[in-house]
Amino acid sequence: MIKAVIVMNDQGKPRLVKFYSFQAVEKQHELIRSIYGVLCSRANNVSNFIKVDSLFGPDARLVYKTFATLYFIFVFDSSENELAILDLMQVFVETLDKCFHNVCELDIIFNFNKVHSILDEIILGGQVLETNSSEVAKAAEEISKMEKHANSVTLVPSISGWSNR
Amino acid sequence: MAGGPSLMDSLFQRSLEDLIKGLRIHNLAAGTAAGTPESSTFLSKSIDEVRREIKSTDQQTKTTALQKLTYLHSLYAIDMSWAAFHAIELSSSTIFNSKRTGYLAASISFNSSTDVILLLTHQLRKDLNSGNPHEVSLALQTLSSICTPDLARDLTPELFTLLNSNKGFIKKKAIATVLRVFELYPDSVRVCFKRLVENLENADVGIVSAIVGVFCELANKEPRSYLPLAPEFYRILVDSRNNWVLIKVLKIFAKLVPLEPRLGKRVVEPICEHLRRTGAKSLAFECIRTIVCSLTQHELAVKLAAEKIREFLTEDDPNLKYLGLQALAAIAPKSLNAVVENKEVVIKSLSDEDVNIKFEALRLVMAMVSEDNVAEICRVLINYALKSDPEFCNEILGSILSTCSRNYYETIVDFDWYVSLLGEMARVPHCQKGEEIENQLVDIGMRVRDVRPEVVHVGRDLLIDPALLGNPFIHRILSAAAWVSGEYVEFCKNPFELMEALLQPRTNLLPPSVRAVYIQSAFKVLTFAAYFYFYPEEALAASISGVGESVHNGWCEQSSDSVSGQTVTFSEPDEGFNPRMLHQPQKDASGNDGKKMISDLEQVSSCSVKMGHFTKDCLVGMVNLVESTLRPMAGSHEVEIQDRVKNVLGLIELIRQEIHGCLVPKEEENDRGELKACEIVRVMHDAFSEELGPVSLSAQGRVPLPDGLELKENLSDLEAICGDFRIPVLSSFSLEKPRSLEKDVVTVSDQQNEEECEPSSESTSLLTEHRKRHGIYYLPSEKKEKVPNDYPPANDLSMQDKVNDEVDYLVKLTEKSLVPKKKPIAKPRPVVVKLDDGDRIHINETLPELKEDLISDAVQEVLLGNQAVASSSRTDKSDKSSNRRSRKETFRPLESNADSTTVEIAELGNKNSRRIKHRTHGKERSHRSSKKATGESDRSDRPNSSHPHGKHKSRQRADGMENVAAESPVIPDFLL
Repeated sequence: MIKAVIVMNDQGKPRLVKFYSFQAVEKQHELIRSIYGVLCSRANNVSNFIKVDSLFGPDARLVYKTFATLYFIFVFDSSENELAILDLMQVFVETLDKCFHNVCELDIIFNFNKVHSILDEIILGGQVLETNSSEVAKAAEEISKMEKHANSVTLVPSISGWSNR
Repeated sequence: MAGGPSLMDSLFQRSLEDLIKGLRIHNLAAGTAAGTPESSTFLSKSIDEVRREIKSTDQQTKTTALQKLTYLHSLYAIDMSWAAFHAIELSSSTIFNSKRTGYLAASISFNSSTDVILLLTHQLRKDLNSGNPHEVSLALQTLSSICTPDLARDLTPELFTLLNSNKGFIKKKAIATVLRVFELYPDSVRVCFKRLVENLENADVGIVSAIVGVFCELANKEPRSYLPLAPEFYRILVDSRNNWVLIKVLKIFAKLVPLEPRLGKRVVEPICEHLRRTGAKSLAFECIRTIVCSLTQHELAVKLAAEKIREFLTEDDPNLKYLGLQALAAIAPKSLNAVVENKEVVIKSLSDEDVNIKFEALRLVMAMVSEDNVAEICRVLINYALKSDPEFCNEILGSILSTCSRNYYETIVDFDWYVSLLGEMARVPHCQKGEEIENQLVDIGMRVRDVRPEVVHVGRDLLIDPALLGNPFIHRILSAAAWVSGEYVEFCKNPFELMEALLQPRTNLLPPSVRAVYIQSAFKVLTFAAYFYFYPEEALAASISGVGESVHNGWCEQSSDSVSGQTVTFSEPDEGFNPRMLHQPQKDASGNDGKKMISDLEQVSSCSVKMGHFTKDCLVGMVNLVESTLRPMAGSHEVEIQDRVKNVLGLIELIRQEIHGCLVPKEEENDRGELKACEIVRVMHDAFSEELGPVSLSAQGRVPLPDGLELKENLSDLEAICGDFRIPVLSSFSLEKPRSLEKDVVTVSDQQNEEECEPSSESTSLLTEHRKRHGIYYLPSEKKEKVPNDYPPANDLSMQDKVNDEVDYLVKLTEKSLVPKKKPIAKPRPVVVKLDDGDRIHINETLPELKEDLISDAVQEVLLGNQAVASSSRTDKSDKSSNRRSRKETFRPLESNADSTTVEIAELGNKNSRRIKHRTHGKERSHRSSKKATGESDRSDRPNSSHPHGKHKSRQRADGMENVAAESPVIPDFLL
């Protein structure tokens, strides 16, 4: 099971935080800081694993990957395969790339909701459900289309409501 | 305007994007989230805005406000528990965006203590039944992250329906959600489990992947319950070509195989096949892991795995290398060959730039350690330690220490080498393992008699190096060095030099506890020197009889060759130090050199000792040195130091009297006045040369509580009791007790220890009690703790008479008991003293509490109940009611369960083909599922099973389900 997905930049600022078992936000941010403390001391060409037994319990593993200015971090337990999670990370980033066309940190900063919906299509309750980036992108597009559609509908009544006053 | 949010608010509301931009502007200067006051005022201003806007009746305004709040909560740790109700409100919106925002906020911020969570139940149910798949998916996502037992119970029927959804998109999400529901509401297993099992045969890879993922999680907790499903998993293992699915199935088998060995024989071939065939590293690694963890009996498989591990190790990708090393570590206990074959890679990895790889390599190297190569490996490792960063350096030292000391140093043959290695470790610049090295030095000193000269030698090398005193991490090691040098001073080649080292000015850098050990050791050295001076023949005899000849030669040789310089240096220890350091190596060489020298020196020394004059000079020098150094410390505020200093000064006074008495009438022996001090010195020497051994942890338990000892009473009450024992207490000071007891003591060390902690007759003095208690647990300080209580201050003249009376008797006794002890044990590997019982802490194996695992209970009930259906259809078709009861109330023993599994496995080959046939003509759901129910355990005699009968059965079963059955009409045929 995947325990957490975190995206943070190279300054240690979280950009996306998703824990699959409840943690108080303060605790979440404490964990993120600890992880960052380890991450930033690591060289470039080393393995992508960090020992996190002390942070997440004895069975926990952490895999991270650096994309430009961002760290993508997955924390999971022994029922996931480390290399498969690395692949999954690739899928996630590919999907982001498809959805935002050449994704960069700013896209993730300004599209909080969409990034969440993309992640939710891939992982649900800590289980990996979809590993095909096109499928995920399709679903995410549908959702944003529905949102936009809804917005355009609601915008009219709110303006008409104003003009009625 | 003040009350609700106005229209203006709605129109000019800051969007989430505006908020983010604002935060960025304010944070750019700051750098951190909670940085400058400017940014935090912006933050609090934004939150105030949100608080206002969220009350808006306009959905759009409210949605935006909640979006902003969720953002701040998630990334800036702002509290949003107060907005829980707004999230619920929005989730019921008809506008998709609002609904999504509401659900997202709920899934991020709700937890089981959120009180309004139950209000969400209705909305979730509605959305789970929605026709819009995205709404359903939203509800499922939310449910999976905030599920509570109540929600799980209430929404189980909806989930059950969704498990049969015709949209794969929804179905797999429902499957993943079911996992959470199972955890929180185990009864739901009875409803949904069957459908999960059915879906294992689904053609959609996504769904199978989700299902297998769920089973993987379930099997992780309690694998035994899922043994009956092994045939299904086997089929997936053989048929599936999806790596995700295969990885999960392998994980399941890794759990199942240890429970059912026959299963291993079936799966090992397909797993090896995958391992050979696959190009995906993830799958290959999973195959390797499964083999090395669960299939180690299958040699061919292990061999193949080892081959593949080798490939991983030679990869450039550090991830693969790291995992390869991990796998190698897993395989090490079973097939050390695999590790040894890859020795080169492993050793090379020690200097890898990647910390993970280094650590893993270190673990592997330690796994390779054996009697034959321990020295070589440690040599290599110490070299690495010298080169590497502090963290890894200490990791190396720590693993050397723990590996070498494992099981009473079982890998160590040459203790001399190991002890010198310990000394070397202390000099590794980053060494922070002081405590562990301290323990081992003392422990080896006590346990391994033959190595004591080397221990003393190493201790001396450490003590004389003033540089080490500046490093606080080394202090513990120095403490051990001081202790062994004092305790085994008879092996010391040069007590003068040792004494200087113990008293060197830089010792003021040491913490008081360590300093106290130093002073105590100085005390022992001084006692020894005085004894040697007063009783040269005895000392020599004792040494020749066993303690080690070279010692004495060194002793005397030193005396003869450096007396002249020493008397000068003694008075000025500071300056005198360095020249002697330089002088040292040559002396060592001569001391250590050859046996031929020893015999020569023996003659020289024995004459010189008999002449005695230089020894006296040395003694005077030593006494002067000690006195000049310690006198100022007599006023120390540290009680440990002060106490010991006083002891030493008392002894000095005594010795000095003797020496002067001796000096004036030259060469006159056994004056009446001299006798007293001599005897005291002798007694003390004898006491000090009494051996300390390792103490059994249970030793204290064997000490009977003396009668009349009241530890909890008020002290004033104790006074009367203590008064009675005043005289016995005094006599125990005169050492009667330890000595008289020693008579009965055989050399077995634990008995000896017992004796040490045995109450000295009825001596119930609290002091003695205290000593016992502390003496047992603090080996290094045992001596020093014990001494102040057991020995009279040397200048206590009032006690000398008493001492004299008993001395001869005691000495005799001591001789008797010590002689057998001092016989050196001539064996290739020195004897390491072990205690039979309780030498080390036995970690109580706390049996994991057999928590009632509700899920697996339910799973078993479903799976076994299912079998009951099948078997009943075979045996007795009429007795339905009794059957039903048995299904509900009795569990089959697991063995029978496992047996049926293997039967099925044995038939897997046939079954597969048959199953495919069946699938072709079983397109209808009801048709297929009925087959499933029977097929589960009834495959061998399929003709016997009849559809109507099975259906009937299951309906009865479903009637047994209480409320759930009533709520959902779909359930009745779920068993089919």
